[in-house]
Amino acid sequence: MKSMNKMRPARMMTFAGRCAKEILRDPLNLLFGVGFPVVLLLLLSAIQANIPVPLFEIAHLAPGIAVFGLSFLTLFAATLVARDRESAFLQRLYTTPLQAADFILGYLLPVLPIALAQSAVCYLVAVALGLPVTVHILTAVLALLPAAMFYVAFGLLCGSVFNVKQVGGICGALLTNLSAWLSGVWFDLELVGGAFRKIAYALPFVHAVELERAVLAGNIAEALPHVAPVIGYAAAVTFCAVLLFLRQMKKQ
Amino acid sequence: MYAINTVNLTKTYKDITAVDHLNLQIRPGELFALLGVNGAGKTTTIKMLSGLTRPDGGDAYIHGKHIVHEVAAVKSMTGVSPQETAVAPNLTVRENLALMCGIYGFSKEKQAAKIHQLAAQFDLQPILSKKAGKLSGGWQRRVSLAMALIGEPSVLFLDEPTLGLDVLARSELWDIIRALKGTVTIILTTHYMEEAEALSDRIGIMKDGRLLVVGTAPELMARTNAERFEQAFISIVKGANT
Repeated sequence: MKSMNKMRPARMMTFAGRCAKEILRDPLNLLFGVGFPVVLLLLLSAIQANIPVPLFEIAHLAPGIAVFGLSFLTLFAATLVARDRESAFLQRLYTTPLQAADFILGYLLPVLPIALAQSAVCYLVAVALGLPVTVHILTAVLALLPAAMFYVAFGLLCGSVFNVKQVGGICGALLTNLSAWLSGVWFDLELVGGAFRKIAYALPFVHAVELERAVLAGNIAEALPHVAPVIGYAAAVTFCAVLLFLRQMKKQ
Repeated sequence: MYAINTVNLTKTYKDITAVDHLNLQIRPGELFALLGVNGAGKTTTIKMLSGLTRPDGGDAYIHGKHIVHEVAAVKSMTGVSPQETAVAPNLTVRENLALMCGIYGFSKEKQAAKIHQLAAQFDLQPILSKKAGKLSGGWQRRVSLAMALIGEPSVLFLDEPTLGLDVLARSELWDIIRALKGTVTIILTTHYMEEAEALSDRIGIMKDGRLLVVGTAPELMARTNAERFEQAFISIVKGANT
């Protein structure tokens, strides 16, 4: 029994390693996960160089792009889970000694270091574009973890419910658009105001961006009000994702 | 002791009885084919026996272990090759095999030995470094079958193993399945008559969740006065309508 328990983390890590390889070896994932945020950063910095806009100043823009880039991780995680369900790969693994927790952690955990690597690349490019090198870059990368958890768990949730085609629409189009419009990365939400602003602040996207901006600026007091909404949403979505994954597992 | 013993095993989905009071005994080392048209209950039977689906009634035992109350023990004794090709597409064949070894908790030495053994057994050496998703359907089935054997199961479930394969790939897979006969108990579902006839020791024919008959191919042909096994199958299935 003791040796079985010792084996469990190793089994989970074996499965997590496989999930990481599946994501990292898909060229489209690399293109969208790293290439797209970097291109956006370069493009908007070029615009900023010609027509200065405070919103697109590198210290303001880089944290927003780092958070926006996480929305692609939802698509990666959701596609992986949905494809595993459709191809009966999960069905095969359900007949092995892997247990529910191994699957859930195996899908969630490998995407978190990918998220950190993605944001590190984003900040490296930002440094090349003039972002001052400070220790706050490091804390900003780490401060992305709760938002990364939210996006990755949302991927597990969608992958547990939808098929590959639906996942492409919901995570690839809907979530990335919501993440763009309601995050204050591309335009100042104060300029729109009203119900739009209220809705945006009721959701986690703008909180994740403002938290990231404040941490990068080294302003902890400004960051604090945004911690609870981001962690709260991450916890709630993770909880729902676990329930829905278990439900589809039972359905198998 | 039987390798598989089911007693009134039943599964219903809403108002459909997918498996209806199945009573089946399969001996260790036997290759048993479950034959039937679509919706006969073959896949549901395999899902229940491999611990994937919980039955609604009756009991079933794999080497004396109850499929619900001792599911961990059942899982450790069974291997499944699902109907769809269940491989990790972006992993190489070697990595797919290593993944299953890791899941079963093999040491590095045992993993290397197991991959070497299966590569030789299934002629996988030329494709070990190729991504599984890039292989033809026949090779993917071969890899899928090898993956099912990694846990060293005493009972192997093959759900429609040659579905969609061309004649050559099917024939090659038959050779592999024949070579496994006697070393492991195999339950094979298929709706290819010639496959059941060529490979199995005994055949069970299912329809609408019920097991209509069990016997060897010659026994079933004699029972229906049929010259060919396909005729016997049609006669048995149609006879069940009346």
